[in-house]
Amino acid sequence: MTVNMGPQHPSTHGVLRLVLELDGEVIQSVTPTIGYLHTGIEKTAEQKKWQQVIPLVERMDYLGPQSNSLAYALSVEKLLGLDMPRRVKDIRVLLAELQRIASHLIWLGTHAMEIGAVSMLFYAIRERELLLNINELIAGFRFFPSYIRIGGLREDLPRGFHEAVNAFLERFPAKIDEFEGLLSKNDIFRRRTLGVGIITKEDAAAWGLVGPICRASGWDYDVRKYFPYSGYETYDFDVPTQTDGDVYARYRVRIAELRQSVRICTQAIARITPSGVWACDDPRIVPPPKDKVYTEMEALIQHFLIYSQGFTVPAGDVYVPVEGPRGEHGCYVVSDGTNRPWRVKMRPPSFMAIQALPSIVQGGLIADVVAVIGSNDVVMGDCDR
Amino acid sequence: MDASAIIDTLTPLVTGATYEVGKSVDFATIYVPADLLIETSLALRDTPSLAFNVLVEVTAADYLPREPRFEVVYHLLSIANRARLRVKVRVASGAAAEGIVPTVHTVWPAAGWPEREVYDMFGIVFGGHPDLRRILMPEDWEGHPARKDYPVQIRKAAQTYEPLEISEDEFKANIERDRVRRVQH
Repeated sequence: MTVNMGPQHPSTHGVLRLVLELDGEVIQSVTPTIGYLHTGIEKTAEQKKWQQVIPLVERMDYLGPQSNSLAYALSVEKLLGLDMPRRVKDIRVLLAELQRIASHLIWLGTHAMEIGAVSMLFYAIRERELLLNINELIAGFRFFPSYIRIGGLREDLPRGFHEAVNAFLERFPAKIDEFEGLLSKNDIFRRRTLGVGIITKEDAAAWGLVGPICRASGWDYDVRKYFPYSGYETYDFDVPTQTDGDVYARYRVRIAELRQSVRICTQAIARITPSGVWACDDPRIVPPPKDKVYTEMEALIQHFLIYSQGFTVPAGDVYVPVEGPRGEHGCYVVSDGTNRPWRVKMRPPSFMAIQALPSIVQGGLIADVVAVIGSNDVVMGDCDR
Repeated sequence: MDASAIIDTLTPLVTGATYEVGKSVDFATIYVPADLLIETSLALRDTPSLAFNVLVEVTAADYLPREPRFEVVYHLLSIANRARLRVKVRVASGAAAEGIVPTVHTVWPAAGWPEREVYDMFGIVFGGHPDLRRILMPEDWEGHPARKDYPVQIRKAAQTYEPLEISEDEFKANIERDRVRRVQH
C-alpha cells in the first residue's frame, strides 16, 4: 500500500512530504519530497549588499537563526581579515548557546509530543519563552534578532540583559532535571525510542550527518572543539557522545548538550561586562556612533557611505562552519570584490538529515518514522532555504 | 596540511594526475580535472594520511562571463586528521549539460541530494547519477535559477492544476487490487 504522509502533517515539521510504500505496517521504501518552502534566499542574497544579507539568512533555519547569521558574519569577516574584540566574541558565544538551548527546547517539546508525551511541549515552550524575551530585549524582535552583524554586533547590550540571562541560567538546570524526570525513565518513551532508527557510526559519516546525530553514533566531532571559532577554545565544556545511534541516544546527546550550553553560558556571562566595546574598530565596516554623525562631518560621510553604497569585500571564496543546533551550519561565500556578494550558500544540516531518512527507516514500522524525523530534528526552512 | 602537500600525496596514487593549487584564505583548495574526480575522491577518502571521510557539501558557483563558467565545489572533512579540503572542478558553459562531471555518490552517499540541488539550480549534469531530478524547484520548472543570466524578477501566470481525474475503470481496478491485498493479509 502507498501512503502519502505530508506535506500538511503535524509531525513532518513544516512541509515535508513522504511517500511511504508499506507492507502492512512495515516500511518498504520512503521517498521524501522537499522544496515546498524554497524561497530562493541564496539568489536574493546576491542582489543585496553585504550587510543586508544578515536578516535573509536568519530566516533559513528559523529555530536557530543566529547560527546562520554567525556563520555568514564569520565568513565575511574572514574574507575581510577582521578580528573581533574579545567582548564581541563572548557575546556571540553566549547568544549562540542560548540559541541552541531555545532550539533544543522546541526539538524536545515537539519530538516528545509526537511520540505521545503531549504535555512535554508545554514545559519546553514555557522555558523557551524566557529566551525569546531575551531576544526581544536585545533587538526588539523575538524570532530573528539580526543582532549579529558583520564587524560586530548591532549595538551594545541593553540594560537588564545580565539580570535576564542570569535569572534564566539559575532556573534552567532544575528544569532539565524535570524534563529528564518526565522522559528518561518513562516506559512508553523508552519503548518508542530504544533501538529505533539506528544510524551506525559509518553511516553517520557517509551521509554527512555531522552534528548531534553523528555524536549519538559514536563520533566526537563538534566544530566548537575541532575547528574553534569566536573564542570557543577558551571555554571549558565537554562534547557529549553516545554509541547506540538510536533515537534514544540522540535524545540523551541533546539533553546533555543543554547542560553543556548552560555551562558555556555561565562562563560567558561572567566575562561580559555590562557595557563596553560591541564592534571592531574598522571604520569602513562599522558605522560611526550616532552622536558623532550629528556633530562631525567625516562621521556623517562615513555613515552615508556605509548605508548607501555599502562596503566592498576582497575577492575570494571562504567556507566557515559553526556548530548550529542541528549540526554543522556552514556558509560558503564568494566575493568578486564589489559591495554585493557573488554567491552565498548555506550548508543545511536538515537537508542531509532528510536525505538519509530512507536508509534509516526502511524495514521499520510506520510509527517509527515519526520518531526518527523528530529525533533528526529537521527544520524545513533550513532544508529548502 | 596545505594544498601542495595534499597534491604531493595524491599524485603517485592517481595515474595521469594534474592538479592545481587554488587560492584560498581559509583551508586548502585544489582544482581537479573532471575525468579524474572519482579516482581522486577514492584516494582522498581511503589514504590514511588524508582520510577525508565526510563530504560536507557540494555546491557550485557561476562566474559568468568568465570561461570556464562554472565551478563545482566539494567541501571535505577528515574527522580523524581534523582537516578540511575544498575540491573544485571547472565546467565550461557548453559542457554543463553533457555530464562530464561524474557523480561522487558512490564514494560518499551524502553527495546524492546536493548534486541534485546543483543540477536544479545551475543545470550542471552529473554523469552516472541514479536520480538526477529537480529537488527544490517544481519538476516542470524552466531554467536554472541560480545561474547569473537567470532573471531575478520574472512575471509568470499562476499555474493551476486540474483536479485529479480518474476513470471509472481505473477506479474499479484500484478497488480490485486493494481487495486482493486485504485477503492476502
